[in-house]
Amino acid sequence: MLATSGTFEANARAGLANDNLQRALALMRSGFPQRRRSAVERLPEFEALREIGKSIKDHTLEHLDFYLELFEENVLASGGQVHWARTPDEAGAAVLAICRSVDAKLVTKGKSMIAEEVGLNEYLEKNGITTVETDLGEYIIQLRHEPPSHLIAPAIHLMKKQVADTFRAEHRSLDPGRSLAEARQLCDEARAVLRPQFLAADVGITGANFLVAETGSSIIVTNEGNGDLTQTLPRVHVVMTSLEKLVPTFEDAAALLRLLARSATGQEFSAYTTVSTGPRRPGDLDGPEEYHVVLLDSGRSALLGGELQDMLRCIRCSACMNHCPVYAAVGGHAYGWVYSGPMGAVLTPSLIGIAEAGHLPNASTFCGQCESVCPVKIPLPKMMRHWREREFVERLNPPVYRAGLSLWAWVARRPALYHALVELASRALGWFGRGRGRFRTLPLANGWTAVRDMPAPEGRSFHRLWAERRKSSAGK
Amino acid sequence: MSEAREEILAGVRRSLKRGKLDAARETELREHVAARRRNLVPARAAALTGPGRVALFVAMAEEVQATVTRVNSPAAVPEVVARYLAAENLPAELVLAPDPSLDDIPWDARPLLRIRRGRAEMGDAVSLTPCFAAIAETGTLMLVSGPATPTTLNFLPDTHIVVVNGNQVVATYEDGWDRLRTTDGMPRTVNFITGPSRTGDIEQRIELGAHGPRRLHIILVDGSQKAGDGEDE
Repeated sequence: MLATSGTFEANARAGLANDNLQRALALMRSGFPQRRRSAVERLPEFEALREIGKSIKDHTLEHLDFYLELFEENVLASGGQVHWARTPDEAGAAVLAICRSVDAKLVTKGKSMIAEEVGLNEYLEKNGITTVETDLGEYIIQLRHEPPSHLIAPAIHLMKKQVADTFRAEHRSLDPGRSLAEARQLCDEARAVLRPQFLAADVGITGANFLVAETGSSIIVTNEGNGDLTQTLPRVHVVMTSLEKLVPTFEDAAALLRLLARSATGQEFSAYTTVSTGPRRPGDLDGPEEYHVVLLDSGRSALLGGELQDMLRCIRCSACMNHCPVYAAVGGHAYGWVYSGPMGAVLTPSLIGIAEAGHLPNASTFCGQCESVCPVKIPLPKMMRHWREREFVERLNPPVYRAGLSLWAWVARRPALYHALVELASRALGWFGRGRGRFRTLPLANGWTAVRDMPAPEGRSFHRLWAERRKSSAGK
Repeated sequence: MSEAREEILAGVRRSLKRGKLDAARETELREHVAARRRNLVPARAAALTGPGRVALFVAMAEEVQATVTRVNSPAAVPEVVARYLAAENLPAELVLAPDPSLDDIPWDARPLLRIRRGRAEMGDAVSLTPCFAAIAETGTLMLVSGPATPTTLNFLPDTHIVVVNGNQVVATYEDGWDRLRTTDGMPRTVNFITGPSRTGDIEQRIELGAHGPRRLHIILVDGSQKAGDGEDE
């Protein structure tokens, strides 16, 4: 997928000015966090499970070569095939070769972020194969030629009126006078339109939430049942996935599944958790005749053993973005690539480079919510700081910014000077702002004051208050 | 083996700053996998047995909009099915999994029910299947594919009716999986089903019946329960 992360600032400004997006984001802010909290409160073991989830993933990553080979051995033993892909292009080529081997004309797709990384739909279409997204949200954005704006709710940036307009424009054989005012009617229409596609498809492509080494199985978690129809009805089932989805056993998958739905949608368990192993067995009346797993690396193996290895624990639940004040203000498209929110701010620079994605780790208030809700305890703020440092070391920030940082660093290393300057500035600002208590404009700070007022300091600095309190408590 | 495969594995080892694991370590890891050690399992399900476990299964299933009717013998099933279809305004027509476990059900008792046995096809409105296990923890049904239990029955029809025997109710996913390990061979598909199909993709409002069944009805056959005239609802 082509990235526009480089224009994050402009993307974010467009998001802030988009009324429909702002209304959609308001729904998200009131929805996901509350549902997650109730689900977590109902499971006293949740905190302990987070630690377990982390250690399962850490163990697997430390021995990833072993588990990859064991997984492959068991896929082959159950009659499936594994296709290793170093790059998104290789993964796309592997899928195309499978499609061509069965002369496929129509492909149905369940949700797969790996397919988004590959830009699979455009690639297959270019090669004469029609692809149809079947997850409702993915289907909507496919019709609108938009990328997903959220890990698990790809059309979360849209209001239902926009969906209705899209359906009216695209489903031209249906009665133009029909009502599409309710979400129910939109769901029913998508269901009716997609039904024949499921049955006509030659190849069904799904993602995978987990890969189980013990049995060579892939696991998908959905609510709609589209993934199951996608992988059951066509002759061929292709799983598009990446190295870090592995876990050793079903027991390990079960622990992570207990974290996933609660962290994602606040459900106790998603409606459908499906474990697939190989093609249909002799005597089976349905199911695919071929089972292929396309395993994408695309820079993941290089993250092992370093400061970014922790990111490979991610189970793509979306809790971090659901709780992120920046995501909730600008929406997912601002991030400009497949992944958004805090996990995107860390992962995107790893996969497409810090030169293109340097803005993303800077788009954070460091409030720490993302880390505190992460089901596998990924230290997201620390990792964003890591990228900021890398950006600085590689001299990727603008010269004025670098000069400002150097100046600040020079002052900050001289505490006496620092305190004197802070004292002076806060007194001066306090005096000038004494009437209204805030500034509409301020020299050197129009980046701040262009969109909000700057509060005037009320006298003493934090350092001074701290010193005074310590003195008075010592005196007691 | 492919060049990509060798390069990816070499890259993993390079990043982990080691070569291929030695035979002794690989044996240890294989033993770790074979031990299938359970992680922490929620006490709310693990601590329950018998009727308490069944009650939790029913409560959790109903919470996610599945409906449940309890009967005390397979003989009562046709009556329950006929009444359910009538109440939901559905045709008295169903496709049945060709599974011998459903042979005890005296379908002749309701001659007006039109029954076909096999996989589901486009246009089938109602299916009826057995399950492999039922998981109390979250009100989840565990179904496996096989010649007698095709997967299409679980997803294509608008209404899915599942017959659960009281002795199939287990506490946790791991208990269900352990039962599966006692059968011969992994099935192609294992479905964990928790309530009917749903989506929240439009303005985060939950709508049932996105692509899979709109209705999930569970008939719990439990001879150990005293269930009056065959139903306690």
